Amino acid sequence: MKKSVSIICIMAAALGVAAPAAAFEPNRPVEFVVTAGPGGGTDIFARTIQAIIAKYELMKTPVIVTNKGSAGGAEGFVYTAGYKGDAYKLAFGTNNAYLLPVRAKVPYKAEDLTPVAALASDEFVLWVNGKADYATAADFVAKAKEGGLKIGGSQSKDVDQILASMINDATGAEIGYIPFKSGGEAAVQLAGEHIDANVNNPSENLGQWQAGMVKPLCVFKSVKLSSEAKVAGDKGWSDIPTCKEAGIPIDSYSMPRTVWLPAGVEPDVVQFYADVLRKVSETPEWAKYLADTSQSPVYLSGDDLKSAVEVYGAAVSEVLKREGWLAN
Amino acid sequence: MENIGLLIDGFGHILSWNHILLMMVGVTLGILVGVLPGLGAPNGVSLLLPLTFSMDPISAIILLSCMYWGALFGGSTTSILFNIPGEPSSVATTFDGYPMAKAGQASRALTLAFVSAGLGALAGVVMITLLSGWVANFALKFSSPEYFAVYFLAFASFISMGAQSPFKTLVSMMLGFALASVGMDTISGNLRLTFDIPELIKGVSFLIAVMGLFGIGELLLTTEEGLRFEGIKARVKLAEIGRTLIEIPRYWLTIVRSTIIGIWMGITPAGPTAASFMSYGVARRSARDKSMFGKGDPRGVVAPETADHSAGTSALLPMLALGVPGSATAAVMMGGLMIWGLTPGPMLFTDRPDFVWGLIASMYLGNVVAVFLVIATVPLYASILRVPFSIIGPIIVAVIFSGAYQVANSISDIFLVISFGLLGYVFKKLDYPLAPLVLAMVLGDKAEDAFRQSMLMSGGSLSIFWSNGLVSGLMTLGLVLLLSPVAFWLVGTLRKRRHDVASHGDGNAAA
Repeated sequence: MKKSVSIICIMAAALGVAAPAAAFEPNRPVEFVVTAGPGGGTDIFARTIQAIIAKYELMKTPVIVTNKGSAGGAEGFVYTAGYKGDAYKLAFGTNNAYLLPVRAKVPYKAEDLTPVAALASDEFVLWVNGKADYATAADFVAKAKEGGLKIGGSQSKDVDQILASMINDATGAEIGYIPFKSGGEAAVQLAGEHIDANVNNPSENLGQWQAGMVKPLCVFKSVKLSSEAKVAGDKGWSDIPTCKEAGIPIDSYSMPRTVWLPAGVEPDVVQFYADVLRKVSETPEWAKYLADTSQSPVYLSGDDLKSAVEVYGAAVSEVLKREGWLAN
Repeated sequence: MENIGLLIDGFGHILSWNHILLMMVGVTLGILVGVLPGLGAPNGVSLLLPLTFSMDPISAIILLSCMYWGALFGGSTTSILFNIPGEPSSVATTFDGYPMAKAGQASRALTLAFVSAGLGALAGVVMITLLSGWVANFALKFSSPEYFAVYFLAFASFISMGAQSPFKTLVSMMLGFALASVGMDTISGNLRLTFDIPELIKGVSFLIAVMGLFGIGELLLTTEEGLRFEGIKARVKLAEIGRTLIEIPRYWLTIVRSTIIGIWMGITPAGPTAASFMSYGVARRSARDKSMFGKGDPRGVVAPETADHSAGTSALLPMLALGVPGSATAAVMMGGLMIWGLTPGPMLFTDRPDFVWGLIASMYLGNVVAVFLVIATVPLYASILRVPFSIIGPIIVAVIFSGAYQVANSISDIFLVISFGLLGYVFKKLDYPLAPLVLAMVLGDKAEDAFRQSMLMSGGSLSIFWSNGLVSGLMTLGLVLLLSPVAFWLVGTLRKRRHDVASHGDGNAAA
């Protein structure tokens, strides 16, 4: 098999057949830059991909994973953007890649990165304490309109706070926002009844839901979650109503998990990694990862990805502008 | 006791030669990464993580947690031998451990550190065994005001009107707060004190600061004093380790007190660093004869080490029970749990008791294995100090530089470490204390976040710090500790004036 491939290669080379799509092949270790600390959602995202690439030998050279998660991930993006044209640095993040330069004066711009692929979409769920007497999201909104309720979330002016702002805008409620270091902290604060709600991703509150310490009110998605597995008693992910039908008119809000190269890389490099990641997204291990973390399967690359980034960026910029959070 | 039965089951799951071997491998690797500054436990554990994907979860967690114990012990080693703390929580060990080593008592200091750390860790595991259900619920009571109160308590118990001028202490601490605020602010999401320098957005790493302040600073001083390490005239004898072991019971009071502080700080969960500083501060305050503190008092090694390890161990309980990592290393391990197909969180205790109690049982065994292994290395480490300084000095510089680079793979950190080294030298020359700077750097941003979150919760009212029994108690205790030196000083001066007798203050009454 290998021999025939190399023969074809030699023949192709001998015949001078240009094969631009398959021209790039890494010949030294590739660095996966995780724009989050060890153990978090982005870290598991990158390390799962690393494990799958190794298992199926999708790349010939080894992969080194480094964590550069300071400043909300900006550390990793600045680092990656600094290697202009380098085909051996891949940044792993979320929508923070293009959100950060809009909301904070970080020393890189969205244009300094080349989008490679989006591989999963993490959902947002409205959670309240397990003992709270809200039965539906509408009950929660009614209470929130009286004021004084607090939503806790991860980071400031980031996805969680933007969603909280969107809830206020869509319903006329006045919910305060308290930033914590991570979604995990927000989960415990909710379990301890120190805050009234959080908008954590499913995997961040899974353990607490199983124990009945928190309960979901609705999911910010146009259709219900697909996972049939039961989590707490007879309730499972697919039993959570969508927020639109439950009383919060927000159609959908999710967070893509994305992979980036520095700006100035050749198109065949982007194509190579996009292909590797597409192969990753087709493995059973990837399906299991998505199911375990209750994320939705997505694979975007090329122009689809670019337009998705633009659409999302425009929607978020609107919120940022309304709240006065634009940094530039 | 139901828990005891579960624990015995746990031992049943882990007692095999395979697992004991894994423990020894884990501890040895851990000691290695702990000794190399900059590498540290979180990096070590994440390097090892891919190897565990194919293991069963119990073997995997034994390997990783034992590596963690090993790294904690290794971190104390460099604090004592070279004044370079390997981990934030072993900074307090340098205060007396390094002077002891300089005075030729390296073996004694190392043995004391390891044994008291082991005792602290065992006490933490016993607490986990007995109180697991209760502690998990207690940790849920903690929100931002309670966190702030705990940090405040840690500051208050460490700061006292010590030998140095209170103004110098204040300067040092404020500098620490300023350094802690470099980078992105959690509450506003804005960048602070970065001066548009890209390297500064990640903030100033604590490890870089201590490697420079303590490691390089000390080397500069030693060089100035004439290129030699003092001490180690006697050969390292095994008898010295034995003598030290016999000496341990003498410090029972310090050990018991530090264990209590450590467990309390571990489950609250303010963490091992706050615990070790607080324990050191309390030990110094309550000692009848303070003159040796900072110059090589054994209690100054025993107190922080015991508290560090009992806090580190008890902090694992909130992590297991609530699914919230208490430290960077714990976060990596939790990531591992998810990859092995387990969900960290409250249900882990009911769903996988074999895993949870296997882990707890392995903490007993792992720590015993770790203590034996590290004590076996004492003669080796102590003999390092007999190498002439002109050889070992440059090696330490090389190790510090490579460690500084490894923290974030960044060249600029090497220049930063040099600047901190110069700062440390100047501080020592002008007799400014370094400890308040370090404490402020470690706990400063956490305390700030907690304070501002509390203010957001209360709408700006300070009354939130007296809103329930728990937080009021902590704040009051903190204020008492903070103000007690002032009160003693006042009483002392008044008495002096009245009797016109030159008595040396009253600060050595138990605080």
